[in-house]
Amino acid sequence: MDFSFTPEQEDLRREARAFLEANPSPTMDQLADLGWVGMLQSGDASFLDAAVLFEELGRVLYAGPFVLNEVAEQPGEDVWSIEIDGFVPHLDAVDRVLTPDMQGATAAGEVLTTVDETLGLGRLAANGAEPAGGEWGEVRRRLLAALALEAVGIGSKALELAIDYVKEREQFGRKIGAYQAVSHSLVDAYVAVELARSLAYWAAWCVAEQDGQAGVAVVAAKSQAAEAAVAACERSIQAHGGIGFTWEHPLHRYYKRALWLEGALGYGREQRAEVAASLLPS
Amino acid sequence: MRCAAATQSERCSRRKLEGVDLRDTPDEAAFRQEVRAFIAENLPEASKLRGARRFEEADREWSRRLGEAGYAGLTWPAEYGGAGAPYSHQAIFLEELAAAEAPAHQGVIGIGMAGPTIMAWGTDEQKNRYLAKILTAEEIWCQGFSEPGAGSDLASVRTRIEDRGEHFLVNGQKVWSSFAHIADFCILVGLGLPDAPRYQNLTYVIADMHAPGVEVRPLVQITGQAEFNEIFFTDVQVPKENVLGEIGGGWQVAMTTLLHERGTLGFALAATLDVAVRKLIGLAKERAVTDPLLRDRIAREWIELQAVRYTNYRALTTLTKTGIPGPEGSISKLVWSEANQRLTKLALEILGSHAQLMDGGVDGAGYWQYQQLRSRGNTIEAGTSEILRNIVAERVLGLPRSR
Repeated sequence: MDFSFTPEQEDLRREARAFLEANPSPTMDQLADLGWVGMLQSGDASFLDAAVLFEELGRVLYAGPFVLNEVAEQPGEDVWSIEIDGFVPHLDAVDRVLTPDMQGATAAGEVLTTVDETLGLGRLAANGAEPAGGEWGEVRRRLLAALALEAVGIGSKALELAIDYVKEREQFGRKIGAYQAVSHSLVDAYVAVELARSLAYWAAWCVAEQDGQAGVAVVAAKSQAAEAAVAACERSIQAHGGIGFTWEHPLHRYYKRALWLEGALGYGREQRAEVAASLLPS
Repeated sequence: MRCAAATQSERCSRRKLEGVDLRDTPDEAAFRQEVRAFIAENLPEASKLRGARRFEEADREWSRRLGEAGYAGLTWPAEYGGAGAPYSHQAIFLEELAAAEAPAHQGVIGIGMAGPTIMAWGTDEQKNRYLAKILTAEEIWCQGFSEPGAGSDLASVRTRIEDRGEHFLVNGQKVWSSFAHIADFCILVGLGLPDAPRYQNLTYVIADMHAPGVEVRPLVQITGQAEFNEIFFTDVQVPKENVLGEIGGGWQVAMTTLLHERGTLGFALAATLDVAVRKLIGLAKERAVTDPLLRDRIAREWIELQAVRYTNYRALTTLTKTGIPGPEGSISKLVWSEANQRLTKLALEILGSHAQLMDGGVDGAGYWQYQQLRSRGNTIEAGTSEILRNIVAERVLGLPRSR
């Protein structure tokens, strides 16, 4: 039993963090230069390698099609998105769209106005569909695991912003982080994010190894991680007080992405119904 | 990530040697089989876990067998009679105990707290005198830390440990002491230097529980059971050579004890939660639970169990690789205690109108009723949830001290 990433994966995490801090909105060409694009499809990397990147991309609120393109695992040079719950993220930034009936459609359609303005969410115009490679069950597992990892990145970052703030902000002559009403709320957010991290890494390992528990691991991880990310953002906004409620502060963008993740492929309640069905077959 | 220089097979074989792998290694799998077989052959029928229990004679026999087989001090160094085994073996041992619903060794206070403290602070004479008999369960230990006026605030203990030249004279009252009614020795913290500043005024001694002036009274809890005890010390003479550390240096010694109390606790807790979740699922199957609200909560507790389990594995990996417990480990007890409270309450809801029935041969004869009441102690014992949140806030998140 070993629950640590390899030195190569730790290096990849460090490189990714440094690169993404300098370039939070990288183009697909930049990511291709790093050797990241198509890493899963080519077999050059395991899902655990990709997992490191998905989490790091969540931390910087990356708004592009890289994650879905990896999850789709389609051959060729085209950039792919995936239709999720009837909508397609980054519709106008991709060439092809994978649909749950495993068709590859030409990326065309109307881009919609959304709460999270960085999603590029669109409604696919049905045209040019042809059969795509793979099975939806596996795509969905990879997608749930990737969403969980992205949520872990977002939850961690939102919590770090809160911790930094309450260490500096003073009221009534003390740093507000000394007040237990503030600190205990952030501890609860930390605990939820760490539990989610454990589940997300477990799910990533299950996907990489095609473990028998993969199906239940990915839904467990996604439900916990998305809810933990939303809670971390909400507690972080509260800890920031008024400034956390302003448009100029970055927190609302993390919050809106977390809210999208919470609903993507179903809310936690729907994932827990799946877990219950596996524990208590009727 | 890329295998530019390495061939595909080299890269793959390297992956198998390191990195996340949640399966048992061949060595771990062999150890697990060995433990499982040992439990199957050796666990006395009378020792199988029941809902409500005080420490029975059968458990002493079970503890003796565990000691003989080398399972008592798995992570203790070989020089003190331990197995010197990796922490992963300790985790596997606890998982298998829980899966078999077997009780822990009766000497848990000795093995987990007194022993490591004696190893860290004891003289050679103390090590020779006490350590071996902890493992064999020949001598049982209890803990004399909490007092009626000193719970979370351990530094405010008032039990006096006076230096009378020839010996220490102990007067005071301790509380919440498991095993005190069968214990031979007590790790005792009291006021050694009443006039010294806070944190420099405590003395830590080994007290003989059979000495004149020691009285143990059972403390009946909300469950109706007396799992804990009060200990009264009245003019009890403790030999001078029984001090651990310096007179007035008891605080540092006590911190060693508490560090070990929470050290590998996570694995034991995850293992008991595993049993509870399995029983909960068994109950839900028996009752053919179809209510989606109940099913949602059952799924939530199963997910929480997996989260605690894999968080412990992450902590174990950190501990194994660095020798230092990582921040992951500090949250296990906090999460476990609240999960156990929710879960036992949920079981009562599934029982419905039968939730009031303590006996009568239905629904495990009061198993869940006992467990639910007992669970209220989980957020108080071994560090209240409030104290644990302070510890995480200050030591893990780096927030300013609250007091």
